[in-house]
Amino acid sequence: MEFSVNHPVLFLIAGIVVLAVLAQSFFFLRKAWRHGKEIGMPMDKLKRIAISTAVFTVAPALAIVISVISLSKKLGIPLPWMRLSVVGAITYETPAAANALSAMGLEWAQITSLTATQYVTVAAVMTMGIMVGIWLVPVVGKKLIGGMINLEKRDKKWGEIFSASLFLGMISAFLGYVFDDFTDIFHGDWKGLIPPLVMLVSACMMGVCALAMKKLKWRWMNDYALPISLLVGMISAIPITAWLG
Amino acid sequence: MKKQLSYIDSVHREGRIWNLSMVVILLLFPVAVGLLFNAGIDWRGFALGMLSTAPMYWAVGVIETFTYVPMLGAGGSYLAFVTGNITNLKAPAALNALELVGADVKTEEGEVVSTIAIAVSSIVTTLIIVLGVVLITPLTPLLNSPVLAPAFDQILPALFGGLGVVYIARNWKIAVAPVLLMLILFIAIPGLGSYVGILVPVGVLVALGVSRILYRKGRL
Repeated sequence: MEFSVNHPVLFLIAGIVVLAVLAQSFFFLRKAWRHGKEIGMPMDKLKRIAISTAVFTVAPALAIVISVISLSKKLGIPLPWMRLSVVGAITYETPAAANALSAMGLEWAQITSLTATQYVTVAAVMTMGIMVGIWLVPVVGKKLIGGMINLEKRDKKWGEIFSASLFLGMISAFLGYVFDDFTDIFHGDWKGLIPPLVMLVSACMMGVCALAMKKLKWRWMNDYALPISLLVGMISAIPITAWLG
Repeated sequence: MKKQLSYIDSVHREGRIWNLSMVVILLLFPVAVGLLFNAGIDWRGFALGMLSTAPMYWAVGVIETFTYVPMLGAGGSYLAFVTGNITNLKAPAALNALELVGADVKTEEGEVVSTIAIAVSSIVTTLIIVLGVVLITPLTPLLNSPVLAPAFDQILPALFGGLGVVYIARNWKIAVAPVLLMLILFIAIPGLGSYVGILVPVGVLVALGVSRILYRKGRL
């Protein structure tokens, strides 16, 4: 069989992996849904969670499709399709593939085709380089979650504050990240202002949604406030970039 | 008599089986390709490639496990660590869903909510990627168009603007210290963006430290 990065057999193998991921997602969805009903959660509430999440997911998922397209120029479609449907993210997969190629004396930017050996080596590095979370969660997950539940039992209020602190710690890191290129403006490059302005637009949109819920009694807005602010923020990036970029 | 497992115990048992099976399935891809095309691995390239990739990403993987598992709950964590894109998709999806119904992830309801959110997000993402792969030829010029490029480049600011304002407004006393620290760090040290994964637990530790002090003083 002659190798090519888009050989139909590769689509078949990647498809099997993607199917396994889908099966796991459906398994946990069904399990959680059934338990939600058992503990008395109304069907309406469960549906709201699912629909709101599905709507919110569309824009970030399209960004992942762009990553698949971008990687497919070098690695073909099946490998990026599989990698970005599982653990991977573009921020990891590109350097991992580039490192593997560079270790074989090749340069990422110059690649036009790969041999089967090079492809297998790249796939192995991409797979094993980021596998920690998948096996570490089964090892430590139960203890970590158990510790959190015990914390809540011992002191409910501190348990709630603890959860809020975890979320705020994560959010604070990403708010800082938005200002990563901010100092460029002191060198006359105004592009560093684009991410903070987009974030500001998105935050203001969230405020508008909250006002609409409160003043206009648009309760449905609660389910879609995050997708709306995300989308408006993203759209605002187009004129803001045209202005400052 | 067989002991009846609680919901959370059964999630852990089945999560372990799923995730460890996924480790094997993922490793099968390079193995199967090698066998089918009669191609061995370039061991030198593999070793050097791993040496320049693994230390950083294994460290990030360990940090992410200890940071995100308490945020996402059991079912959500098993799934999120297989389906990936945790910071830019799964964690915000879980946070948004928990916020929507006012549930805490440490409760049984919160566990269910987080798992449903992450499962739905994973299914929708997987299906959209499948659609993208099937329609790759007509979609490529559209999604790669220079007009839309800035919108997709700015997903994280657009996401954390909306998400951040809700959480900060509600918990501003806890938020001030970690937000200020991160702003100072990122502004003072340009190029820190590639280490944002490592800075998440730093933000978490600062937030926890500050909230513990405030809680003990009765300010929260």
